[in-house]
Amino acid sequence: MWGFSRAQAAALLVMVVLVVVSPAVLYPVFLMKVLCFALFACAFNLLIGYVGLLSFGHAAFFGMGSYISAWTAKNWGLSPELAILLGGLVGMALGVIVGWLAIKRQGLYFAMITLALSQMIYFICVEAPFTGGEDGIQQVPRGRLFGFISLNPDMAMYWVTAIVFLAGFLFIHRIVHSPFGQVLKAIRENEPRAVSLGYRTNDYKLIAFVLSTFVAGIAGGTKAIVFGIATLTDVHWSMSGEVVLITLLGGLGTIFGPVVGALVVSAMENYLAQFGAWVTVTQGVIFVACVLAFRRGIVGEIGAKLRLAL
Amino acid sequence: MFMIFGIPGPLLFGQLLLGLINGAFYALLSLGLAVIFGLLNIINFAHGSLFMMGAFAAWILLEYLGIGYWPALILSPLIIGAFGLLLEKTVISRLYKLDHLYGLLLTFGLSLIIEGLFRNYYGSSGMPYQIPPALSGATDLGFMFMPNYRGWVVVVAVVVCFATWLVIEKTRLGATLRAATENAPMVQAFGVNVPRLVTLTYAAGVALAAFAGVLAAPIYSVNPNMGSNFIIVVFAVVVIGGMGSILGSILTGFMLGVVEGLTKVFYPQGSATVIFVVMVIVLLMRPAGLFGKAA
Repeated sequence: MWGFSRAQAAALLVMVVLVVVSPAVLYPVFLMKVLCFALFACAFNLLIGYVGLLSFGHAAFFGMGSYISAWTAKNWGLSPELAILLGGLVGMALGVIVGWLAIKRQGLYFAMITLALSQMIYFICVEAPFTGGEDGIQQVPRGRLFGFISLNPDMAMYWVTAIVFLAGFLFIHRIVHSPFGQVLKAIRENEPRAVSLGYRTNDYKLIAFVLSTFVAGIAGGTKAIVFGIATLTDVHWSMSGEVVLITLLGGLGTIFGPVVGALVVSAMENYLAQFGAWVTVTQGVIFVACVLAFRRGIVGEIGAKLRLAL
Repeated sequence: MFMIFGIPGPLLFGQLLLGLINGAFYALLSLGLAVIFGLLNIINFAHGSLFMMGAFAAWILLEYLGIGYWPALILSPLIIGAFGLLLEKTVISRLYKLDHLYGLLLTFGLSLIIEGLFRNYYGSSGMPYQIPPALSGATDLGFMFMPNYRGWVVVVAVVVCFATWLVIEKTRLGATLRAATENAPMVQAFGVNVPRLVTLTYAAGVALAAFAGVLAAPIYSVNPNMGSNFIIVVFAVVVIGGMGSILGSILTGFMLGVVEGLTKVFYPQGSATVIFVVMVIVLLMRPAGLFGKAA
């Protein structure tokens, strides 16, 4: 069903059960952070894992989604679902421009262009009045879902986040396992060949990029509503690096990798937060270790052991 | 005081000079990136961190060993170059058979480690580094007062860039290097030790970055974040220039520094983004870059 193999369906079931049960055991606010980053990483993974595009500027879409949701929820009093949706749409609009420019060049240049453009967006966010500069947008109300369900209780917010995450997760999975997704994989494996078969690969890349930035914007918007704050951290290049790290550690091109990666990286940062810059060092070490010894990531390695595609 | 386009002359020339200095660093860094990319097919994300290490090496030499600016100008690139050699030998050389993206990810990880460690030991506030006495003070050029050190940085950067270009384009070593960039297995078949050439090239690129770091130390404060702020702009410079030509990277670097300096005069709010705007324009007009060959 929906392109899930039996093993994947079983893993999906486990994941859904964990999403439902874990707030009884773990702090819901922490779990919401994990879910937002997991969704962000799923969006990023659509590009690197299935099209072979390394976008080193995904924080721009995540951060812009977060700013737009926070601003509209606070200043226009939009209900949270509309604010999040608008965050996704603005992230997507930005994705159209950035993607269209970056796809003009291939390979490493693509990565450098996305990084440079996201840095430009960062500087614009520093200067623009609506972002609140260094202070960010603070005290964003969580508001009422559909105008009548208050999200102030953490558990109510948690269920909304969980549903947004699952919807985004299934959306990405659906894209990957559609005929469109097959073409994306063909581009990843051998772009000249896909061109020779008559596919306009640049159009496919752009559509994938835009879909990914939409989901990234949704993830950023959800995070802003959950935490009631949108800051420059969300648009900074280190956030782009973080989503690369999450996906790489979890497993590039695996469906569940980004989720596992988000859990591990968020947990690590929580425990190491008291040690200041050691977080950065640890992230660097994980990067190096993953690239040198562990390129399939956690889920990829487990899948290889069990001979399953997870 | 005379005016140009309604701007006081000294202000304009002062910013132009600052722009040239930034341009000198862009040129030195993008030159190293281009040489490394040519042979290793790796975008060295750690280049910014190595630039920062170069500045720190000079500061540490002065602070703990009392070794001044002039010896540091030689010693620091040697030390950091040796460190680069070690990096290439131990980790980077394992990646040559893999997708080029892994090189970017690995060097990104290395830069996180390096910057994190330096931030742990030295904080993020930045340490001052004195201008050497021989270069302190300023000279009256008639149209402006030029701080001697700034003039020195521009001159020495031009000389080093030109020397690098000479080595690559006009010497036998450079010819081998260019040949290996075109077709490494063929050059190896002629009996050249290509792996050693690759290692030395990486070390040389790193040494250039460290040299730029020492030059930068008295201008900016020496701090662990100085590299990452630079490197992303340098990436944009590399995209604008294209990495096909050595002279191209040098020219693009200086040119963009000047553009940035001018923007500081005429539209200060735009100075942080102007290079990225130029990148967008170049991508629209000449997608392969100013000096790049179409893929």
